[in-house]
Amino acid sequence: MMNQSTSSNQNNKLVVKLVVIVFGMFTFGFALVPLYDVFCDITGINGKTNETAIVYEATDIDRSRLVTIEFITKTTTGMPWAFEAKTKRIQVHPGELNQVEFYVKNPAFRDIVGQAIPSVSPGTAALYLNKTECFCFNNQPLLAGEDALMPMQFYVDPQIPEDVTYFTVQYTLYDVTAAAQKVAEAQAQASE
Amino acid sequence: MSTATDTLHHDEHDEHHHHHIPKGIKRWLLTTNHKDIGTLYLWFSFIMFLTGGAMAMIIRAELFQPGLQIVDPNFFNQMTTVHGLIMVFGAVMPAFTGLANWLIPMMIGAPDMALPRMNNWSFWILPFAFLILLSSLFLEGGGPAFGWTFYAPLSTTYSSDSTALFVFSVHIMGISSIMGAINVIVTIWNMRAPGMTWMKMPMFVWTWLITAFLLIAVMPVLAGVVTMVLTDKYFGTSFFNAAGGGDPVMFQHIFWFFGHPEVYIMILPAFGIISHIIPTFARKPLFGYASMVYATASIALLSFIVWAHHMFTTGMPVAAEMFFMFATMLISVPTGVKVFNWVATMWRGSMTFEVPMLFAIAFVVLFTIGGLSGLMLAITPVDFQYHDTYFVVAHFHYVLVTGAIFSIMAAAYYWLPKWTGVMYDNTLAKWHFWASLVSVNVLFFPMHFVGLAGMPRRIPDYALQFADFNKWISIGGFAFGLSQLIFLALLIKACRKKGEPASAQVWEGAEGLEWEIPSPAPYHTFETPPIIK
Repeated sequence: MMNQSTSSNQNNKLVVKLVVIVFGMFTFGFALVPLYDVFCDITGINGKTNETAIVYEATDIDRSRLVTIEFITKTTTGMPWAFEAKTKRIQVHPGELNQVEFYVKNPAFRDIVGQAIPSVSPGTAALYLNKTECFCFNNQPLLAGEDALMPMQFYVDPQIPEDVTYFTVQYTLYDVTAAAQKVAEAQAQASE
Repeated sequence: MSTATDTLHHDEHDEHHHHHIPKGIKRWLLTTNHKDIGTLYLWFSFIMFLTGGAMAMIIRAELFQPGLQIVDPNFFNQMTTVHGLIMVFGAVMPAFTGLANWLIPMMIGAPDMALPRMNNWSFWILPFAFLILLSSLFLEGGGPAFGWTFYAPLSTTYSSDSTALFVFSVHIMGISSIMGAINVIVTIWNMRAPGMTWMKMPMFVWTWLITAFLLIAVMPVLAGVVTMVLTDKYFGTSFFNAAGGGDPVMFQHIFWFFGHPEVYIMILPAFGIISHIIPTFARKPLFGYASMVYATASIALLSFIVWAHHMFTTGMPVAAEMFFMFATMLISVPTGVKVFNWVATMWRGSMTFEVPMLFAIAFVVLFTIGGLSGLMLAITPVDFQYHDTYFVVAHFHYVLVTGAIFSIMAAAYYWLPKWTGVMYDNTLAKWHFWASLVSVNVLFFPMHFVGLAGMPRRIPDYALQFADFNKWISIGGFAFGLSQLIFLALLIKACRKKGEPASAQVWEGAEGLEWEIPSPAPYHTFETPPIIK
């Protein structure tokens, strides 16, 4: 058949190939993170909306139909803010620029930085919700006891399928004070 | 076979003859012999099986009555979590690796595994992994309590400080499995006896080869996802944290990309074992050998495209749910091929019902029940009702306990005379089989009903209307747990060589290279490879 040295040579070659597969799959596990984001971006699965402002171009406004949008708000565990949509429900024509406002109040005795994360349901509608201005693009710092009205400007893409007549936008508010402080400290150090 | 190989193997052999087999603890610590390592794996897995079983007893004791009486909910959660982790990574997987170590070299006519030193390592890091995991239970805040699936944010935001130990132990288990899998592949690839072509390989070898490929494909993904949990929890990354731009649903995608092939890792070697036992006791060759090979490979490939059937309720688009539903149902085709092949093998065979055969037949029937409830769970619209209920618990315990574990027990009885040289105590074996068979069904069958009626899994308390069924389930659980002590007694007796001496062939209808060497199998076998015609 073969002698010992070629057989251990063969073994080594195969082991090297298999170890390459192992490391390849380990990398693939991490590659799934950006792949997942790209996949969700393209397909609109998962209800994720645009994370930076889209410039509004005067598109044709489709006056023939109306889309109903509902706004709901939620705070996560440990986030003491009051958070409320001033407009609970709005009917818009696709293509038309609209603005809604959200009220926040920090009732705590400490300064808190909040971050709102939007999610659209059903997910397919997410592709057609274009935000030109949103408080969710940035952190929102509030001093202890302070309150604010946060605006959100958007238009619905006229390309939205006929059968989507109703969707919900949920904002979830997170307390990101600790993370924001770290970022601020790092920036302060960098500028020194 | 060239003379060079012969001389080298003889040198090794001579060395062993000069120094003899080291005695005591050193023999086991330093061994590179595939039979010793196989034995270590099998005993380790049995100890873990009893440990994980003891945790199941605590769960069933708490659930014996509605209300909270024995343990507090946080400890209950730790028990369900660690029970799952131990049974998957500590009992089922090491048992199959142990069987692979013992059997693959003997079945393909090789003197040992291809990488014996790595083999020693892949076993000996395993006890440390489980020591770390078990020790975390005694730390302040307790051990992992987020379910064996460690969904984020349960394992990141809401977990106890011992999560780092959990992550570290999973890493070690993963490294051990990957090394074991590499060893199996290299052994099968390069060390088959002359004349043993691919399509002459015994089914157990085939199923393990495919399992080993699944292992090296998905265990690294598991390592990746636990690493992400670690950095999310301790180092401020946001893989699964929505506030930082991550996504907790992505955790489930990555986890189940590992998790679904993982369930086939735990069942494919079982298919191999059953494909050896049924032909032996039906005294007929396996029906449809080639279709068995192709079915195994198809199941392995399909296992990569069905993961999201664990996540139907996360709000996927309908198109995706349809895809995963049909892909999942497609798996029942190759699985059905296997079940029908086993039945066809028994058809008009001269069947006898020795204990390995009893376990094998129980496997075919009960695994199929688990497969059918799996088919029900695959139907997206009804899964919304079944999701996270005891119906799911019933399903995966039928495929894992009466599937994987029954096949491991069948294998233990079937090859035990070859390993020890004596027949096992048949009275104890029959008691073990019948006690296990009855109790396991009392234990898991009613779970279907309480599940369909809406009893959620992983909760230490339940609504009053489930009380009667749960009482029976708990009684079944205790009986099944105690039945395993009969098995322990039988194994100790067999290892102390008390029993009738076994012949080389052991079973009248047994075929294969391992039955051509004496019982007990000598320390070194096939130093000169046999020629397969």
